[in-house]
Amino acid sequence: MTPAQRRWIFLAGAAGLVAFYLWGLTGLPGFGNYPGPYGDIINRVAVAQTNATGVVSAVNFEYRGFDTVGEEFILFVAATGMAVVLRHLRSERQQDEDDPTADWAIPPASDAVRLVALLFTGPVVVMGWFLVSHAQTSPSGGFQGGVVLATAFILIYLSGEFLLFRRISPADVTDAVEAVGAGGFAAIGVSAVAMGLPYLKNFLPRGTVPGAVSSGGTIPLISFCVGLEVAAAFVLIVGEMVEQTLLVRQGER
Amino acid sequence: MGSAHLAAVVTPYTIPTPLMDALQLTLLVLVAAGATAVVLIREPVRQVIMLSVYGVLLAVLFLAFQAPDVTLSELTVGAVALPVLLLLTLAKVKRREK
Repeated sequence: MTPAQRRWIFLAGAAGLVAFYLWGLTGLPGFGNYPGPYGDIINRVAVAQTNATGVVSAVNFEYRGFDTVGEEFILFVAATGMAVVLRHLRSERQQDEDDPTADWAIPPASDAVRLVALLFTGPVVVMGWFLVSHAQTSPSGGFQGGVVLATAFILIYLSGEFLLFRRISPADVTDAVEAVGAGGFAAIGVSAVAMGLPYLKNFLPRGTVPGAVSSGGTIPLISFCVGLEVAAAFVLIVGEMVEQTLLVRQGER
Repeated sequence: MGSAHLAAVVTPYTIPTPLMDALQLTLLVLVAAGATAVVLIREPVRQVIMLSVYGVLLAVLFLAFQAPDVTLSELTVGAVALPVLLLLTLAKVKRREK
């Protein structure tokens, strides 16, 4: 196929895309006009039904909790797949010998980076924990909090303490925590079934004060499990990649 | 179901509407510019840094559109986690090229 033919095929395709795109745009509701009934209904009833003022979390962990289980396991499988692929590579001696990066020295972290990383590690842990534990009260939740918690581990690595990074997040422990988090979410759902309720039905007392940390029933519990799972998954992913980049080079010689 | 029941619960902005419109418009333009910059920058490390800046811009945009939950996700994933993973990959790949 000549470049000219290829260009014509592209132009035909692009023209079709533009036409359909513009057609689609004309059918959109006006800016800021929400047409569907569900959001409005949720806004009306969510706080009264769940006593959770973090309505987004109430939707994620209660009204559509089943979808969130699926999303949780997407991340779980992704992290697992990554570990499987990268750990396999690590044991391939042949590959290591061919790797011209093997004798590259790790550049030391500058004092400025070390200072900032060390200063922020504590506050980041507190913030991550706050986000994980306040899904039911304010905009936050296990996912966001979990990633923030994982960031604390990345900061420790950035401060040049790679060995410390590995010591406080050994692969076995990270794997186990990730499994407990993901399994915990599913187990909360199964517990409801065991009581004769629908899967993931909120079976705990929802408290009496809307917006209290103790309110929301299973919502904070699920958020906690998601926080564990997400934090462990990200630490696992970053840890595997860091080892690919650094440790293969240094440790195995 | 009566229309009163379906009426949306609208959280009013605490700053004047025209100002809010201007802020949202500015952020939309900044996000468009940021996305273009990410594509146009060809040097991988700089591209990752710009991607991180773009993540922050998107996060602020979501905040201005009253979606603080998404802001938190975008900040942590788009501005921190994704760039870190890309930088680690670059550290491995770039040195192999030499």
